Amino acid sequence: MSPQFQQARWSEPLLSELGTPGERGYVPTAPEAEIAAHAPDPLAAIPPAFRRSTPPRLPQVAQPQLLRHFYRLSQETLGNDVAVDFGLGTCTMKYSPKVNEHLVRMPEVQDLHPAQHEDTVQGILEVLWRLEQMLCAISGLDRFTLQPPSGSAAVYTNASIVRAYHASRGEGEQRDEIISSVFSHPCDQSGPWSAGFKVVELYPGPNGYPELDALKAALSNRTAGIVITNPEDTGIYNPHIAEFTRLVHEAGGLCVYDQANANGILGIARAREAGFDLCHFNMHKTFSSPHNGMGPAMGASGVKEELARFLPAPVVEKRGDRFELDWNRPESIGKIRSFVGNAQIAVRSYAWILALGPDGIREVAETAVLNANYLATRLREVPGMSQPFPTSNTPIEQFRWSLEALREETGVGSADISRNLADYGFQPVFGSHHPFIVPEPLTPEASESFSKEDIDAWADAMIDIAKRAQADADDVLEGPYRNACRRIDAAALDDPERWVPTSRVERAKGAVTGD
Amino acid sequence: MIGLVVNPVAGLGGAVGLKGTDGMVDEALARGAVPRAGERAVLAVRALPPEVPLATAGGAMGADAVRAAGREPALVVDGGDGATTADDTRRAVAALAEAGCELILFAGGDGTARDVCAAIGDRVPALGVPAGVKIQSAAFAESPRRAGELAGAWLTGRRRERAAEVVDLDEDAVPAGRVGPRLYGTLRVPLGPGLVASAKSPSNDEDPAAVNGIAARMAERIGDGTAILGPGTTVAAVGREMGLDTTLVGVDLVRGGALVLRDAAERDLLEALDGDGATTVVTPIGGQGFVLGRGNQQISPAVLRAAGIGRLTVVATPAKLAVLGARPLIVDTGDEATDAELRGWHRLVTGYDEETIYRVE
Repeated sequence: MSPQFQQARWSEPLLSELGTPGERGYVPTAPEAEIAAHAPDPLAAIPPAFRRSTPPRLPQVAQPQLLRHFYRLSQETLGNDVAVDFGLGTCTMKYSPKVNEHLVRMPEVQDLHPAQHEDTVQGILEVLWRLEQMLCAISGLDRFTLQPPSGSAAVYTNASIVRAYHASRGEGEQRDEIISSVFSHPCDQSGPWSAGFKVVELYPGPNGYPELDALKAALSNRTAGIVITNPEDTGIYNPHIAEFTRLVHEAGGLCVYDQANANGILGIARAREAGFDLCHFNMHKTFSSPHNGMGPAMGASGVKEELARFLPAPVVEKRGDRFELDWNRPESIGKIRSFVGNAQIAVRSYAWILALGPDGIREVAETAVLNANYLATRLREVPGMSQPFPTSNTPIEQFRWSLEALREETGVGSADISRNLADYGFQPVFGSHHPFIVPEPLTPEASESFSKEDIDAWADAMIDIAKRAQADADDVLEGPYRNACRRIDAAALDDPERWVPTSRVERAKGAVTGD
Repeated sequence: MIGLVVNPVAGLGGAVGLKGTDGMVDEALARGAVPRAGERAVLAVRALPPEVPLATAGGAMGADAVRAAGREPALVVDGGDGATTADDTRRAVAALAEAGCELILFAGGDGTARDVCAAIGDRVPALGVPAGVKIQSAAFAESPRRAGELAGAWLTGRRRERAAEVVDLDEDAVPAGRVGPRLYGTLRVPLGPGLVASAKSPSNDEDPAAVNGIAARMAERIGDGTAILGPGTTVAAVGREMGLDTTLVGVDLVRGGALVLRDAAERDLLEALDGDGATTVVTPIGGQGFVLGRGNQQISPAVLRAAGIGRLTVVATPAKLAVLGARPLIVDTGDEATDAELRGWHRLVTGYDEETIYRVE
């Protein structure tokens, strides 16, 4: 097999470099005299000190040129609709039904404003309330907040609830340690850390998941709780999880389940039965809402009844036939974000769950596990690739692999393989979250959306790249060849002096002088 | 100008089953080993920008490789008589630094890195072209080609560097049959993405936030108390955080916020310890996970007992632990009873508010 894909490669200038002064996409007619006479001057509301003396230098481009510009740029990306993207494991890439996009583009959803009076938004409040009931059924927990705008924000929410719980019992000062595992998502450590906890981490034992004895060594009267992902980032499921939660409870701690990606257990196992007191779902992963390029997103945080009083305000309550926002929550941890959650994501997730029903939800997990395991049988054919933990311990629905052997043989590592996938029309493959314990890691996750043909084509590409590396390492090290962009100088990514995360930093670095 | 030094006998031992080549050249050649370091250096030179002038040592110590890569050296310094002892490497490196080389490329292994370190320390930036049997030091690029690329990028770029630990076999421990790593110092190596780190060369220097966090936490914990500080960049950061001029490769004793013993021997430590004991701070050296018994034998079983065996605190950055690939840390103090007491689960300090439960065997 040789790469069959050829991406567009345009020499497209920046939008600001296109067009000529005075060029317009649309010229609105001036208001008729009568209207002009009655309409207030729109500038009058702006204090003089804030008005510009010169107009901003906006791009001046006619419509056809503008359309061409953005179409060209879109041809230089590899989006979900044009390229198989399951290589991006731990992100649970799946098909988001287009019908749900029609739903969120209905004026009833699109024109909503979060500050509207609740009398005028009964419909969306009902959707939020019903979605909460569904998540309660799926997790076994009792209440959810849809307010956090990301999975990490949901972990922070849950850590804050753990803190509030211990404070309410007079143990807030004493219980200042959260236990996590190093193969849990990194936010399971950074979220509690941001909420003021010290973090105690567990490393995997010989089977790829933390040992019970390590947990016992971590527990003390300072333990506030455990925040853990299962299956872990490696895809390996900790079979002793009920024992873990029992021991943490005995030590006086709470148990928080990171279910950002619940694709392996959806409809099969629930947080409650595993002994957890809190959990969260990423609605933009498991529940099919698109990732939207780092947001807007939704991390739904769930708790058992006895912790519901700590949830962020407001929560949606059903009183009779009416849905209300309950702001009167004196023990709440406060707001994680404004309003009640991203409505469009709630609508998509609600529609997705409703379309599948309980049996369909379970089938999602079963198909995802089957797909991932079929992919695994194919990836065992990739030269120089290995499973870093015992193969007897079958991962669930994402797999962490190691290309260490290929790297030692050829000098071609996981990042090189990932880049070259673009030559075959596939999106890159995810390596690992921090820290890189598995050398040359790769973590694909073939979710339920992908066909056997998709999986075979992807695996064939991996095998082909590895064989090319063995035949001629430079051929792969120089790739990809058929894309909009080949290789970029990544040095800036490792150099904090060259990062400009905010305009304030940019100004501090002297890169910008006013304007 | 870039300086190139080749240790022509580096790597000879590996192909014929020796653990290194230091002092074993004749044995390795007798067993049929073929020198490869020169070839590796050629690959590195080919990846250098052609306009950069090259200085090197004579013959097999560099000039041959430069010419084999199709270049003519701008300067050839005296590289000894070609016997290529450690002394030759040191002399050539010193001469290249003296001649104004801005970066020293050296082809070899851990032993060669140690010689370069002895010659220039961290005065002149240096970068290893991996050609030796043992590559545990963090001063090497991933491959010869990447060494050339990184050197070129550094020379024409912003010239940022980081400190890299130079680790080699602990020769003092070899007669006792306890083969293991020891920290010999640091080199300043060019900073570049993914070029220097590898699974076998721990590089916690790339994680300054974690090092600083550990240092701040340990300085708080030690406070006015007594502490024994072992070798390593992470532990050295603790001393720095306390405002003390502690050693990088030696063992120090601090008390009451002051440096009481610098580069202490076992006997000094035993004399200085009193009934109050001490917090003993150690960190794994090299990629094998030794925390006691390699490169820090001054912290003997007797010292550990006098300090209080339960007061051993292992510090490590997540990057250093990651290198172990979930293998346990190792203690080998030479006293089985002490080792037995130390085995089990330890609470490692891995950041300011971060600890890790890790097994010590």
